[in-house]
Amino acid sequence: MKSILIAENISKQYRLGVIGTGNIRHDLKRWWYLKRGKEDPFIKIGEKNRQDTKASGDYVWALKDINFEVKPGEILGIIGKNGAGKSTLLKILSRITAPTTGSIEVRGRISSLLEVGTGFHRELTGRENIFMNGAVLGMTKREIKTKLDEIIDFSGCERYIDTPVKRYSSGMTVRLGFAVAAHLEPDILVVDEVLAVGDAEFQKKAIGKMNTLSSDSGRTILFVSHNMDAVKSLCQRGLVLHNGEVDFAGEARESVDHYLSNYRRIPQIQNKINESHRRHKNSRALELLSISSSHNDLHTRSRMCFDVLIRKNKNITFPVCLTGTIMNFSDMEIGSFFSEEIYVHQEESTINLTIADHNLAPGSYYINLTISKGSLKNAHLSEVDHAFEAISFEIEMKERNEYFVNWKKNWGQIYFPSEVKLKTDI
Amino acid sequence: MTENEEGWLYEISPKRKIIDLNFKEIWRYRDLLILFVKRNIVTVYKQTILGPLWYFIQPLFTAITFTLVFNNIAKVPTGEIPPFLFNLTGITAWNYFSQCLTGTSNTFKSNAAIFGKVYFPRVIMPLSNVITNLFKFGIQLGVLLIAYLYVLYTGIKVTPNTNLLLFPIYILMMATMGLGLGMIISAFTTKYRDLSVLVGFATSLLLYISAVPYPLAEVQKEMPEYAWIVQYNPLTHIIEGFRYMLLDTGIFSWNSFFYTLAISFGLFFIGLVFFNRTEKNFIDTV
Repeated sequence: MKSILIAENISKQYRLGVIGTGNIRHDLKRWWYLKRGKEDPFIKIGEKNRQDTKASGDYVWALKDINFEVKPGEILGIIGKNGAGKSTLLKILSRITAPTTGSIEVRGRISSLLEVGTGFHRELTGRENIFMNGAVLGMTKREIKTKLDEIIDFSGCERYIDTPVKRYSSGMTVRLGFAVAAHLEPDILVVDEVLAVGDAEFQKKAIGKMNTLSSDSGRTILFVSHNMDAVKSLCQRGLVLHNGEVDFAGEARESVDHYLSNYRRIPQIQNKINESHRRHKNSRALELLSISSSHNDLHTRSRMCFDVLIRKNKNITFPVCLTGTIMNFSDMEIGSFFSEEIYVHQEESTINLTIADHNLAPGSYYINLTISKGSLKNAHLSEVDHAFEAISFEIEMKERNEYFVNWKKNWGQIYFPSEVKLKTDI
Repeated sequence: MTENEEGWLYEISPKRKIIDLNFKEIWRYRDLLILFVKRNIVTVYKQTILGPLWYFIQPLFTAITFTLVFNNIAKVPTGEIPPFLFNLTGITAWNYFSQCLTGTSNTFKSNAAIFGKVYFPRVIMPLSNVITNLFKFGIQLGVLLIAYLYVLYTGIKVTPNTNLLLFPIYILMMATMGLGLGMIISAFTTKYRDLSVLVGFATSLLLYISAVPYPLAEVQKEMPEYAWIVQYNPLTHIIEGFRYMLLDTGIFSWNSFFYTLAISFGLFFIGLVFFNRTEKNFIDTV
């Protein structure tokens, strides 16, 4: 079968740092070089997109020599860590920005869904916004008109369809936006995982709709996601990006496995917290330094102990508490823990964290760790320092717990201890 | 969409043609253009008490102010024509140009959110702006007509002349000049924000060297050494020409007419080139 989309040597260069006065100098220099028929002087200095090291040049390649093909009717999942280049590729595919080098040939109409409800205007009614949003996404008025009833029905906003969108709840706005998007009929649909905003029911609806789109009408879909389960269940093929390059291409299942085994290795015994763990701007009056775990053989009923090393950067008087969220390797939140109030006096101190009854099913997990100001009592916590993927741990199957030997994926992540007694008449 | 022998619909690549206007594609998005125009008109005066009346108020009050300042205090003569009508005519024409300019020059900055999420021919935005302003211009022309008829009613003789046939061309010139200049500025404001500050006060100053509140002949008489600034300004000839055809007053020559026509088309062309160069990558710098 002929490919519907061929990407050849796609690269994209970005300039690091602030765009300011240095920019006009570079612009002039670039213009002068190109004028004389030389190559762009700044295209050479770009280096691989590695976010954890300090770049020496001013320019960086967000994408470098990406090649791939998509066959009609295929769903391609694009996965990778944050900053691997997924969003940049998405932007290029949706023609929002042009690649620095390379080309993509497309046979068909591309529509991209990077956001739900693009072009909505608060003052316009739901009905007017359906036309607006549809037209922005590339539908003609006639197409929208024929599908109008269907769209209104799908959105479930029938009663409010002639009310300005500013009176809608945020959920209704999202539903209306998605209803329009779901009735697009492009040859290729580019979908970002931002579609996964909204409640679980809506997500299910969205993924179900994508499934029917491709199976019923043979629509080609490019799907960018962090959600490994969604990629596995939805896509046929996968593309793993790493530091702006294609690292693996193949079956969706294989791609997910490749990704999980190569890039999601978070140290299990001890982990120093550094900049790569921090994604929020916090005051860091108290700073997380490292987290370590003493044991290696955790099972479902065992207690977990961690030592968290913290440092006091400012003289603080308020109490803090240590909180954390346990995540599985598909980035799903499993549950959270909260400590009691802690008053930190010394400059450096170690907090001993114990999670006693967790009942986690066998599998791999990691912890997002936070130090917050305040306490659970006054019900308001504000972040002081935060570490993503602070440490990982593995819940193993223990011989003692024979039940777990064959713990299946679709059994979930939590084991509920239960007691069963047969009631007998005396 | 250009379909070549292999059946590829289009190509995404960094290559840029000097002008990359895909008329077929723009035509496909015509419904979007219409919707944007509708939205611009409908939403501006939602939740205002006077609503569309604001379209009348702004030119009327500017004309009154100009009449008070320039004609009553500074005693700028306007010949046979009542100063208020003279000013209103100039302001109506000026408004169309300046609104096209300021609207277009903000294209990339004010639409960054939508441009960053979805693709459609970017030129739709400035086009919708020009068409929206055409609608406002139509309303303000109505105000002008009422003032015109009132002046006739009071017995003062004002007549348009045969140049009225050039009316569509004058509109085209104002639109292309506003668009062209606006597109050039919009292309640069994505990187250099300084320009958007400049545009704000530059347009209000430009008005004074475009012969809006005074006739061109008056400048030539009173300040011959500086008259060239006004004379070489193509906007002057648009305003003068506009007044000439409606009020039969002022200076008109075919030379300056074609000079203005050439400049407005030239600016439009340059604007398109800059706009095209910017639209592909502006989202990285905006």
